[in-house]
Amino acid sequence: MTPEPQEAKRTDPRSFAVRAVMMLFQLVIPIAIASATILDDGKVTDLVGYFLPLVTGIILLNVFIAYLQWTKLTYTVGEADIRVESGVLSRAARSVPYERIQDVSLEQKLVPRLFGLVEVKFETGAGGKDDLALSYLSEDEGERLRELVRARREGEEIAQEEGVEAKPAEEAEVLFAMGPKRVFTFGLFEFSLAVVAVIGGLAQQFDFLLPFDLWDIDYWEERIAGQGQWLSGLGPLAQFAGIIFALLSLGVLGVATGLVRTALREWDFRLERTAKGLRRRRGLLTRTDLVMPLHRVQALRIGTGFLRRRFGWHSLKVISLASDTGGANHDAVPFGQMDEIAPVVGVTGFHLPPENAEWHRAVSRYRIDKAALATMILLPATIVVAIVGSSWMWLAPAVGLVYTLAEQWWRWHHDYRALGERQLYSRHGWFSPSLAIASRVKLQSVEIAQGPIARLRGYASLHLGLAGGRLRIDGMPVEEASRWRAAICDSISRTDFSELLDAPGAPAT
Amino acid sequence: MDETQDAPRQDAVPTDDPGPTPLADGSPDDLTQLDPRYKTMMRLVAGLFAIVLLVGATIAELAIPGWTGVVWAPVLLVVAYIVFYLPMRRYATRGYSLAEERLRVVRGVLFHSDTIVPFGRVQHIDVDQGPLERGFGLATLTVHTAGSHNASVSLPGLAHETALAMREDIRAAIRRDTR
Repeated sequence: MTPEPQEAKRTDPRSFAVRAVMMLFQLVIPIAIASATILDDGKVTDLVGYFLPLVTGIILLNVFIAYLQWTKLTYTVGEADIRVESGVLSRAARSVPYERIQDVSLEQKLVPRLFGLVEVKFETGAGGKDDLALSYLSEDEGERLRELVRARREGEEIAQEEGVEAKPAEEAEVLFAMGPKRVFTFGLFEFSLAVVAVIGGLAQQFDFLLPFDLWDIDYWEERIAGQGQWLSGLGPLAQFAGIIFALLSLGVLGVATGLVRTALREWDFRLERTAKGLRRRRGLLTRTDLVMPLHRVQALRIGTGFLRRRFGWHSLKVISLASDTGGANHDAVPFGQMDEIAPVVGVTGFHLPPENAEWHRAVSRYRIDKAALATMILLPATIVVAIVGSSWMWLAPAVGLVYTLAEQWWRWHHDYRALGERQLYSRHGWFSPSLAIASRVKLQSVEIAQGPIARLRGYASLHLGLAGGRLRIDGMPVEEASRWRAAICDSISRTDFSELLDAPGAPAT
Repeated sequence: MDETQDAPRQDAVPTDDPGPTPLADGSPDDLTQLDPRYKTMMRLVAGLFAIVLLVGATIAELAIPGWTGVVWAPVLLVVAYIVFYLPMRRYATRGYSLAEERLRVVRGVLFHSDTIVPFGRVQHIDVDQGPLERGFGLATLTVHTAGSHNASVSLPGLAHETALAMREDIRAAIRRDTR
């Protein structure tokens, strides 16, 4: 049942020493600082008498635990997979088949480097903590493992890499670029209420730093009045003008912040198609250069804003495997018209929803239940607050209620889903509506979830496992949800995930 | 008329039926039940929690003079629910299947979920044993897929040997697919 072909190995014994040294830094310094502050005015003998044994005890205990953990952590390089077993009290065994290892990275931090050790990470595309890592192995052993895994991954990949290298990188086709004018327009739409609120709040907090009092109506009144003497006679009107002026200056500040932030981020935006994938360069002060390999693109997201939609501005984000950089979401076209976005979509191997796509919306029961639930909670809250609370407090739950009802009404009219032959589409959102385009083959798992109300009323949510992003469709009739699932599972089963990743340049199907 | 033919069907699928609707493509009977020891283990865990609860209730009972049972009675009801009823329900609603090269995990008493992970999407496989699980000879099988959200599906309450066998099955399927 469990063939143990190779002997289980332990990590390098020195890794235990590394742990101890690192722990000393992490533990001893805070304890020293803490004891110094606590026993600030105490005698030195107290410090030695009470704290030294305590600190030594803690350190010894930790060293002992680290030792136990080291003895229990073993790895086995098997025929088909690498296995790591660990745990003192609870045992965990993880197995990673060679076919799933995308790359092996060797990482050396300062302390392990002094000892000549490396941390070996097996990247599987799971991203973050779920990747398998062995800390620490000797440099030789790390190198050996990397070679071994690469050898097992067959010669095919090496050949492809050479093919990619052979092509000159210069012949790049520009897919999308933003000049200063476009960046400026983009910046105007990036006006952020949050920024204004933060600045307003800060101004209130740090108003002593300002040469004038921002919230002093009289001051503004004076300013206005000073510029036109006739205003001073118009008491309440001038006060009103003062408030308008304050709001306007905050608004200007908000727009300016949006402009500056956008310009810093998006300056001279260029998206090119290179042999290795989409290459994006942008930024004024810090210029970033990012390559998004086409075969790693998992899904697309076309977004827009409440206001910018009126002018036809959209953005295109690429959802890809998170192993290249920290963020899994990559802006491919941050701000463009649909006819500029469409070619980029074509390059990624996806396509926009066809004219004849069958769009469906969430069942009305789902929206009604959501609205009813919100009413059941917020309406009594409003009434209670209106009776008990002070003057205008009841507005808060009342506004929340109206907001929720309006949102459900809006989304009932605007949220749609469709299942195409190779792709599925989900259009959703209120203030920033977006359209998600996912490839059926590139999904990872399908889950049908139902809460108690959903089960009573016969609808379900479909959670789709998407590498690097999240995708869920709410309020589907149960039968349709299972039909979608069956169809998607069929698509998934036909292709193995590693095939999708191992074919650079191949169009996403 | 069509309506006469449709009528019995409509009865068969009542939309407002409060009972548990069998989910998706297949009734729960083609699912494999978990190891019966898992039910005992859930009971034990609930029992430990119940002891804490009962101690608390006893202290409260002694602190409040008169009215014997004002704390005990509701607490006993809760204990009976979590120790006897809930593990049974949880055990009954859980199941898995490995048919068609897909791992299907069904769970949830109140919040029902039914997950399918095709073997072709499994990145790596964990077999974990907590201290209690070791005592009962049970294990938790977790399969990880690529991606960040909803990327791991775990199936607790398998006999350790079953979990290891399932791991081998899935691994073999992955190997077969990629060759």
